[in-house]
Amino acid sequence: MADIVIDKIAKSFGTQRALDEISIRVPDGEFLSLLGPSGCGKTTLLRIIAGLETESSGDVIIGGRNLRGVAPRNRGLAMVFQNYAVFPHMTVFDNIGFGLTMQKKSTDAIKRQVEKVAELLHITQYLDRYPAKLSGGQRQRVAVARALAVEPAVLLMDEPLSNLDALLRMEMRTELRSVLRAAGTTTVYVTHDQSEAMGLSDRIAVMYGGRIDQLGTPLEVYAKPATRFVGSFMGNPPMNFLTAEARNGAVSIGGMSLKSPVNDGAVEIGLRGEDTTLATSRQNAIAMLVRAVEPMGSHLLVTGTISGQPTRVVAPPATIMAAGTEIGLTVDPARLTWIDPKTGKAIH
Amino acid sequence: MSAALGHPRRWALWAGVAALCAWVLLPIYLVALGAMGGRLAVFKWPKSLSPTDASFTAMQTFLSVDGVLKALTNSLIVAGLTVAMSLILGIPAAYALARYTFAGQTPYRILVLLTRAFPLAILALPLTVSFIKLGLYDTRLGVALIHTVLALPFAVLVTQSVFMGIPREYEEAAWMLGCSRLQAFQRIVLPLAVPGIAAVAIFAFVISWNEVFAASVLTVRERTLTAYLLTVLSESPLHYRFAGGFLLIGPSVLFIFLIRKYLFSVWGVSSK
Repeated sequence: MADIVIDKIAKSFGTQRALDEISIRVPDGEFLSLLGPSGCGKTTLLRIIAGLETESSGDVIIGGRNLRGVAPRNRGLAMVFQNYAVFPHMTVFDNIGFGLTMQKKSTDAIKRQVEKVAELLHITQYLDRYPAKLSGGQRQRVAVARALAVEPAVLLMDEPLSNLDALLRMEMRTELRSVLRAAGTTTVYVTHDQSEAMGLSDRIAVMYGGRIDQLGTPLEVYAKPATRFVGSFMGNPPMNFLTAEARNGAVSIGGMSLKSPVNDGAVEIGLRGEDTTLATSRQNAIAMLVRAVEPMGSHLLVTGTISGQPTRVVAPPATIMAAGTEIGLTVDPARLTWIDPKTGKAIH
Repeated sequence: MSAALGHPRRWALWAGVAALCAWVLLPIYLVALGAMGGRLAVFKWPKSLSPTDASFTAMQTFLSVDGVLKALTNSLIVAGLTVAMSLILGIPAAYALARYTFAGQTPYRILVLLTRAFPLAILALPLTVSFIKLGLYDTRLGVALIHTVLALPFAVLVTQSVFMGIPREYEEAAWMLGCSRLQAFQRIVLPLAVPGIAAVAIFAFVISWNEVFAASVLTVRERTLTAYLLTVLSESPLHYRFAGGFLLIGPSVLFIFLIRKYLFSVWGVSSK
């Protein structure tokens, strides 16, 4: 059990800046996700916390202890890798007990602890097997059990579910959540899957280009994106960005006038497709020209244009709508995100 | 065999297996027969293919010939040393090449291969001179050193690719779980590399066991078996030649058999 302070961590590979002075404070017991597209630096940051990569500058302080120059084995952390890294030449039992063996625990203590975590992850019946005989999901469980067996102060996970198929991923996600809640371990979780991050995390750090664009609870990050990137990365379908010209504190988009936070000049309106409802009348509605309608089962995905700009919205599954027609959309102005087109940052 | 395999195909498969086995085993068998049969059997015509009149007496007589036993032990010791030195020197070099980037990596890799660029025949005279100076001439260690030089490039390059095939994450996971670099290497990398290392051991053994030129040039009394047989056999009766040939084949086949189980160690998928 420990808190993590990441203080101005920077990392360069040659001339390329991978991480740009990142600072995060993770309180004890929190589940923090580092979310972002590949190449955003999230894995590099995790590996720096683990000690597998050396920072160019900055400090990692875990439980009040500065870890600069401390070897991975002396950091008191555990890590789950993307490809599980379950040792193929050891049985499941030996894999899970490996960390305890290295700590020179007694055979009895190892046996007790291995059986405890094996039960937690429902792999008790596989303890005698070799990893080659296990499925991907079972190997993943072994990897998590091995990490939890040492009762680490901090658990690091590097896209642990990305090699599993969709169904198994959902199942493991739910299970991970309950296991980690019960253990109360501070967890840093790297993923590029926004729904995974939303479902698991207490807080999400959305990373882009070696920086943190936004750090907040899943709902904050979803509802109030701090930058154009966060808006476009979170949510499905992604947020629509409509450019408009503000005049005297108002913009006109799709034939409707909206109150703008900037008085004059260009603004971008971030509009979530999930936040719109079909208008009953054309009065006070944004006009959208429908180009294509895709039934997705739970909803319709409607692709078209608003004021000539490409837009995607969702509609109730039973709506009857034809390509080429015009529909009216109503929006709650409070759920719109206003973005400065020059900086890409949200305007409040 | 699966029943799905049709009769003609199954027949072809087993015919192929039989042909390959005969290709390897028949000559060995004939040599063994010649070695065990003694003087009379070698010249008997038509030859009997049954081992009825074989006995160890002929082999014993051959072994009791002055120098044979000593050459045999010399060969075994030299081959053992070659295997040991190839692995001790080759494994760390291969690991460094596989896991680290360091200045001069590419030249080093070429340098490893360059040791095979000069024919031994050219090096023989200077080698002899320096070996005499160093006190290595006519010693088993001296011959083993040369054999190690011959086996090392292969040892380094093969183990390097074996190490590269072992995911780095295994080691990183071991570090996270409390291993130092050396411990992670011993407990994780080395066991996983065993099949490759076994192959290198066999190769080093066979190189040393078969090598005759350096062994002949660099020794006078401490002859290895090949060097000894080369000088002696041309003037020996036929059945002695068979016995010598059999003595050359036997230990290396035995060694390969001993190592064999490590070649195919796949955990949890049965290692028979």
